[in-house]
Amino acid sequence: MNAGSEGKPGAVKNRTTVERTSDREVVVTRTINGPARIVFEAFTRAELFRRWWVPKSMGMTLLSCELDARVGGKYRLVFDFDPEPVAFFGTYVEVMPYSRLAWTNEEGGEGGPVTTVTFEEKGGKTLVVLTERHPSKESLDAAGTGAAEAMVETFDQLDELLVTLSEGSGE
Amino acid sequence: MVQYMSTRLNTSFAALSDATRRGVLEHLGRADASITDLAERFQMTLTGMKKHVGVLEEAGLVTTKKIGRVRTCQLGPRRFEEEMVWLERYRQRWDERLDALDKVVEELTRKEKSDERRKRR
Repeated sequence: MNAGSEGKPGAVKNRTTVERTSDREVVVTRTINGPARIVFEAFTRAELFRRWWVPKSMGMTLLSCELDARVGGKYRLVFDFDPEPVAFFGTYVEVMPYSRLAWTNEEGGEGGPVTTVTFEEKGGKTLVVLTERHPSKESLDAAGTGAAEAMVETFDQLDELLVTLSEGSGE
Repeated sequence: MVQYMSTRLNTSFAALSDATRRGVLEHLGRADASITDLAERFQMTLTGMKKHVGVLEEAGLVTTKKIGRVRTCQLGPRRFEEEMVWLERYRQRWDERLDALDKVVEELTRKEKSDERRKRR
């Protein structure tokens, strides 16, 4: 919906696209301005990861972040949340330096979604393709309204439109 | 099916990108209306309004029914709006996150390049 902001002078911003490729799978695509090696490091080194995974605009605070990016290694992110901190954790299942990464998301119990990221370098830039594969349609539907998102209720243009529409039809 | 779904979603985003079409949806949220009604309300030719309604219909946001000579428009299946909101919210979350990643990576890339230049000297 923000097509108008793309043409801003000075700001060379790459497009983030999201596609729901099936009932259980959603794919995020984005080109990052840097080589695959650096992008991969930003995903796997905790001191870099914590600088971007929770941008300020999300209004969340990351209390701790531990990443052991080896096959079978664990990760654990703890967010400040009222009434008590919330932890997100899982296991790395694929780690191919500079090209591919996959981890499980186990905070909701076993058999949770699996996140796969591929890095493809082209002319000094890196195409990042992130796939979240959920065990069921319900799990994917809930991903947009989970605990993490409850903290960042951002009402974008489209939300406002929906509210306007539902107010109208509720008469 | 996969292709069909994503095409439909793209069509919906395109449909919602126009102010008149959003206005039409808002109006149909209050009451059904004929294309003639809508054309008058939005001060537009019948042909112009037919085009807008066509775009909304293709996106599944509006359905139309012809009774006699009058084509009546009403809101399409609601499930669809929810799906778009879900997708857009999801996209925005990742967009913010990946903007931040971009900044970190650009900074590190610049730093590496300037370090290399220093070494060469």
